[in-house]
Amino acid sequence: MIEAQALGVSAVGAPSGVRRLRENRVAVGAAVVLAGLALLAAFGPWLSPYTYDALDWRHLAVAPGFTASHWLGTDPLGRDLYVRTLYGLRLSLLIGVLATALSVGIGVAWGALAGYVGGRTDSWMMRAVDVLYALPYLFVVIILATVFGRDSVAMLLIAIGAVGWLTMARVVRGQTLSLKRREFIEAARATGLGTTAILLRHIVPNLAGTVAVYATLTIPELITYESFLSFLGLGVQEPLASLGSLINEGARQMLTAPWMLLVPAAFLVALLLCFNLLGDGLRDALDPAAY
Amino acid sequence: MLGFAVRRIAGTVPILLILVTLSFFVIRLAPGGPFDEERGLTPQVRANLDHLYGLDRPLGVQYLHYLEGLAHGDLGLSYKLRDESVAGLIAQGFPISITVGFAALVLATLCGVPLGICAALRRRTAVDYAVTALATLAIALPPFVTGPLLALVFGLALRWLPVAGWQQGELVYLILPAVTLALPVCAAIARMMRGSLLETLSASFVRTARARGLGATRVLLRHALRPALLPVVSYLGPAATYVFTGSLVVETVFALPGTGRYLVQGALDRDYTLVMGMIILYGALTLLLNLAADLAYGWLDPQVRHD
Repeated sequence: MIEAQALGVSAVGAPSGVRRLRENRVAVGAAVVLAGLALLAAFGPWLSPYTYDALDWRHLAVAPGFTASHWLGTDPLGRDLYVRTLYGLRLSLLIGVLATALSVGIGVAWGALAGYVGGRTDSWMMRAVDVLYALPYLFVVIILATVFGRDSVAMLLIAIGAVGWLTMARVVRGQTLSLKRREFIEAARATGLGTTAILLRHIVPNLAGTVAVYATLTIPELITYESFLSFLGLGVQEPLASLGSLINEGARQMLTAPWMLLVPAAFLVALLLCFNLLGDGLRDALDPAAY
Repeated sequence: MLGFAVRRIAGTVPILLILVTLSFFVIRLAPGGPFDEERGLTPQVRANLDHLYGLDRPLGVQYLHYLEGLAHGDLGLSYKLRDESVAGLIAQGFPISITVGFAALVLATLCGVPLGICAALRRRTAVDYAVTALATLAIALPPFVTGPLLALVFGLALRWLPVAGWQQGELVYLILPAVTLALPVCAAIARMMRGSLLETLSASFVRTARARGLGATRVLLRHALRPALLPVVSYLGPAATYVFTGSLVVETVFALPGTGRYLVQGALDRDYTLVMGMIILYGALTLLLNLAADLAYGWLDPQVRHD
């Protein structure tokens, strides 16, 4: 039950939801790999004697192996690829998770408010979402990132988070509409509770299961955007590394040092795949009707 | 149906206007201008340049001037690429972008639909598991990762295809970009096709058809396939949007001379007219594709029309 509450599942569906998730071996495996990747990103760089921007002139473009503790090789400047990739992983994870938190915040607030208040407010708020939905997503992120976020990770984060909330708002609004008609909300209203209090205390906690599913699926999407921006040279700037900027460097050195492409690509693929698998598993477990 | 179409078409014009207005002011709000990085400009020359392009006038006036040009179909001149009009740059690059996107879309449909059908018909066999697993993997892989990997394998290691570049009329240069772009779409289509065919195959009208003694092939082709294809058809709208805006990615990876690169380059250079031209081009394209998808859906499903 404690775990069920941590997952934020409504009391009725909780035990079976968690059990279903536990029985899904793929999702559990993905969660384990993700935990491992997160630990590696947090503590892995300390295991190596090198820092992410240290130049080792005696070992330029070394292939992965045990030469001078460059386990995953070096780039042509002699920077250690193991450390750089883990730093990139750390940054990609951090930006992905924080940007998702941002877009979940906006999406939940927007959707719950629109759904609960209803009427004209609802139709205008959702029309705004429709308009934003119709825009070329990729382009909006690129414009925001180039215009505001070139040198600061915080602005990059906001630019990415600002475009990720639309689906969340739609889903949350739908859920709110059906919650609104339930007896306990009516009871809360009868006791004289205000709109804000009902939203915060009764609506939002009951949305948690759905939000968990979509948040898990939003993280890989936003990590992809971040990596892509960094791949284009619009995101994280040198000497800092993101998985995207490492893949870009690797693609340039493909002919002479293919490991420079393969190492960060493998980490990014593992990261995205595991988030997708976990998200799919969560959706099947918490919301079997959607499938 | 006609009323529905007219209403939907009328709805896209204000959206495009909002897009133009928002992006116009957002780009201008950004620090820096198009001539900041030109070296050796005396203040006099700089003032002349700003005056020539109307950058010294109030923002509102510039906006109205831009809209006026737009109404005449004039996208203006590029600030950075000398002697090039934005419309001219689009005319050069856009056919290539469209070719890549269209090839990817056709490829994704032609591979995705049969794969999905195979997986559904051979449910819970090795074929099904293989298709499902590959689709999950392909959906998780962004094109800027698959692109370089495919170039590494088929371009550098096997030497079957060119690593990058473009030559007019040479199809070999199209293969890797189109495949890269098609992979995630193909995977999504295969997944969707599998799901909807499984659902249709368990419907009562299919059971009836089987009970009448029709063979498996006939049941599939005559009865099950058409309704099962509906979700896939309606997915083609978003898929087309993904593919055409995503061509930006493969154009960067494979160094194709399409229009995608102008967006990033223009935004970095503060080349206002070029960025606006790209936003209008791709904004209009996206809206058009959404519109086409809506109309197709309205045609397939009459309930939608009376919304």
